[in-house]
Amino acid sequence: MGGIFGLVLKRLLLGLVTLLVVSILIFFAVELLPGDIAQAVLGQGATDETVRAMREQLGLDRPALVRYLEWLFGALQGDFGVSLVSGERVSEVISDRFANTLFLAAYAAVIAVPISIILGIMVALLRNSLFDRVANVLTLTSISSPEFFLGYILILYLAVKTSYFPAIASLSSDMSFPDLLHRTFLPALTLVLVVTAHMMRMTRAAIINLLASPYIEMARLKGVPPWLVIVRHALPNAWAPIINVVALNLAYLITGVVLVEVVFVYPGIGQFLVDAVAKRDFPIVQACCLIFAATFILLNLAADVGAILTNPRLRHPK
Amino acid sequence: MTKNKDVLLEINDLRIEAFSDEEWFEIVHGVDLTLHRGEVLGLIGESGAGKSTIGLAAMGFARDGCRISGGTIEFDGMELTTTSKADRRALRGSRIAYVAQSAAASFNPSHRIIDQHTEAPVHYRIQKRLEAQEDAMELYRRLRLPNPTEIGFRYPHQVSGGQLQRAMTAMAMACRPDLIIFDEPTTALDVTTQIEVLAAIRDIVDQFNTAAIYITHDLAVVAQMADRIKVLLKGEEVEEASTDQMLESPQEDYTKSLWAVRSFKSPQKLRPGGDAKPIISVQNIEAAYGPVKVLEDVSFDIYPGMTVAVVGESGSGKSTAARCITGLLPPKSGQILFEGEPLPPGYKSRSKDQLRQIQMIYQMADTALNPKVQIGEIIGRPAKFYSGLSGNKLKSRVDELLDLIELEPSQYYNRYPPELSGGQKQRVGIARALAANPKFIICDEVTSALDQLVAEGILRLLDELQKEFNLAYMFITHDLATVRSIADEVVVMQKGRVIEQGPKEEMFTPPHHPYTDLLLSSVPEMDPNWLSTVLDERGVDNIGDAVTMAIETESSGGLDGNQS
Repeated sequence: MGGIFGLVLKRLLLGLVTLLVVSILIFFAVELLPGDIAQAVLGQGATDETVRAMREQLGLDRPALVRYLEWLFGALQGDFGVSLVSGERVSEVISDRFANTLFLAAYAAVIAVPISIILGIMVALLRNSLFDRVANVLTLTSISSPEFFLGYILILYLAVKTSYFPAIASLSSDMSFPDLLHRTFLPALTLVLVVTAHMMRMTRAAIINLLASPYIEMARLKGVPPWLVIVRHALPNAWAPIINVVALNLAYLITGVVLVEVVFVYPGIGQFLVDAVAKRDFPIVQACCLIFAATFILLNLAADVGAILTNPRLRHPK
Repeated sequence: MTKNKDVLLEINDLRIEAFSDEEWFEIVHGVDLTLHRGEVLGLIGESGAGKSTIGLAAMGFARDGCRISGGTIEFDGMELTTTSKADRRALRGSRIAYVAQSAAASFNPSHRIIDQHTEAPVHYRIQKRLEAQEDAMELYRRLRLPNPTEIGFRYPHQVSGGQLQRAMTAMAMACRPDLIIFDEPTTALDVTTQIEVLAAIRDIVDQFNTAAIYITHDLAVVAQMADRIKVLLKGEEVEEASTDQMLESPQEDYTKSLWAVRSFKSPQKLRPGGDAKPIISVQNIEAAYGPVKVLEDVSFDIYPGMTVAVVGESGSGKSTAARCITGLLPPKSGQILFEGEPLPPGYKSRSKDQLRQIQMIYQMADTALNPKVQIGEIIGRPAKFYSGLSGNKLKSRVDELLDLIELEPSQYYNRYPPELSGGQKQRVGIARALAANPKFIICDEVTSALDQLVAEGILRLLDELQKEFNLAYMFITHDLATVRSIADEVVVMQKGRVIEQGPKEEMFTPPHHPYTDLLLSSVPEMDPNWLSTVLDERGVDNIGDAVTMAIETESSGGLDGNQS
């Protein structure tokens, strides 16, 4: 197992390096935003003096490199600075919001991942049948529609016309868990519809890709029933691409929810980010971007590790 | 062997169609076949003869894109062309089993060998899992696998090719079927491994009195295994007879030509005397892939106009030596002289002229030719690159080369590789090498992917070209019949070392190095009693393992762990 441990460690280090590079990009990208931040925060009416005072207060008069290093070390300790608008600590405001986003992503993932994989297996088994075509058309339709459009359709039919679910997914701290699930069902469903097609089609492709292998023919010639051929003989060798596409979609569930959160007025990090950009609240923008980047890197890392762990040649060295 | 003369399998007028270019066309044109219980029938023919397709049809199975379009297949009173899918499936693995060509590819990499073994008996409720495992171990013991109680618990990639092939035979035996289809089970193996597997298969088929259809393109192998032989050509039967009769007095011309195919022999040339310089002199080279040493102290000379065959099992370092000579893999130490001048180790530091002098022809013409480039351009490119030809001069050079390889220039110039047969593609590979005007060509297993008749044509062509241009060949092969027909000198390699070298006549006359002896005696001969004789001579019924062991200890201190 030493080999695997080494591989995983290597991936982990690579992930850290990537994150460092991304942090540089984020910091200096915000730096490059047109216009002076102090000016933007204070508005048109600010005098030169107040702007200068603001700049000093924010430390903007010091060299960018110094500020970057301060920001980086702060971020490492969980301190992303102070919001320019409200004056609250960024880490405190963000953590609640981020937890909400994670909850919604997890909610959607718990539904979407099993459904996509099971559907993927079924369409691979019944490939080129009517079921295969219908499943493909439906999932492709749902992935091709913009997510705000899907959201509004769902609101129209499941909230406005029938009032099964609330149209606005606002949260309060005293809600019970079933309540919470009910309240957030529509945004979660929208996300499910958005990510299912991709995962299902990849599962189907990964399995069908293997069906021409000699060991699949061998299994069929041993009299193994078709569904077992797929589940027992094809699926274990198809995990690597499936895990990768699942990780990609999980990352999307967290970082791509901006529109869905806005549509359903859900208090997640995406909506927060949009607000912060509008208000030029750059410590919050930077923190959000860094969290998104870290999520992406972490999930891809997990996918890599998962792919390594499902490879029997690596798991059972000679 | 007691033979029950009951008919087990009766195939009548079998027709199979394949789907290609939007239409079905027939690939098996009405073949009849009768197999009795406990009998072994050899199916033999070149690629495209329909051997495997017929073998699978005997299980009521057609590959994707194929269908059984006519005829009857009656297995033990059951008509397979009309029974339900489920009934047909219920026969597979339980009463008819299959052993595939490449065990390495046909075992699922994700499951332990024994779990794949017990799958069928557990599925058919013949045995409980643990009973089936016990039985598997017993079969492994009978097939003389090392550590029979433990080997099944490994994953396929943890076991060698020959052992896997035996494990697959054991798996086919799991439900004690009435019939086993062996589809080229030893084609992918080295001769020394092949003999172990052949003996094991013959033995176990005998012990359980199982009927078998043994599919192969190798006559000498089928002569050892089969009671009767059926010769096929392009989906039709040529003739069928008992093995003895078929070997002694084949009736049809096609069969006779198959039998005579190893007749080609080029006269042996000797090294020029005096102070003639070798064209290639490999001196004490050592090479490694990363930390894995693959060549140690390898030296040999190749003289102009001569063919040096480099033989050895897979993993012995033959191809690595070639990679060192071409500069693809710079050796760690030692040097390679070309006409007495040292060559830079890496190809990047060699001059255009040095590169031009050494060309290669590959085993798989399929993958060595770009399928999207026309033949004329494939051959023209090196001519342009090395000789700076262009326009009409280039065209006439390519025509000349196509003439040399006996392909009509006007017909082939604009065609693409996938439109050509295997033999024609290999000819194009030869022309591409010649286009550079080299003095030395490395031929890496150039005939091993080809049918025997086609392979012979390639050997003859290479021989003629050698005479015409005084070419030197380094001929990498594991097929000793090829060595007999074309080589002037032989270099025997094992585990990255040169074990023995010398002129061909000397190498084929005893005394040999024990490894050379093992290699030579493992090549199947057309005598149906050959396998039994060899086993007797080796004085063990556990062939292979015992002998290999003896040699390994003798030449120990060699390289380890490069056989992966």
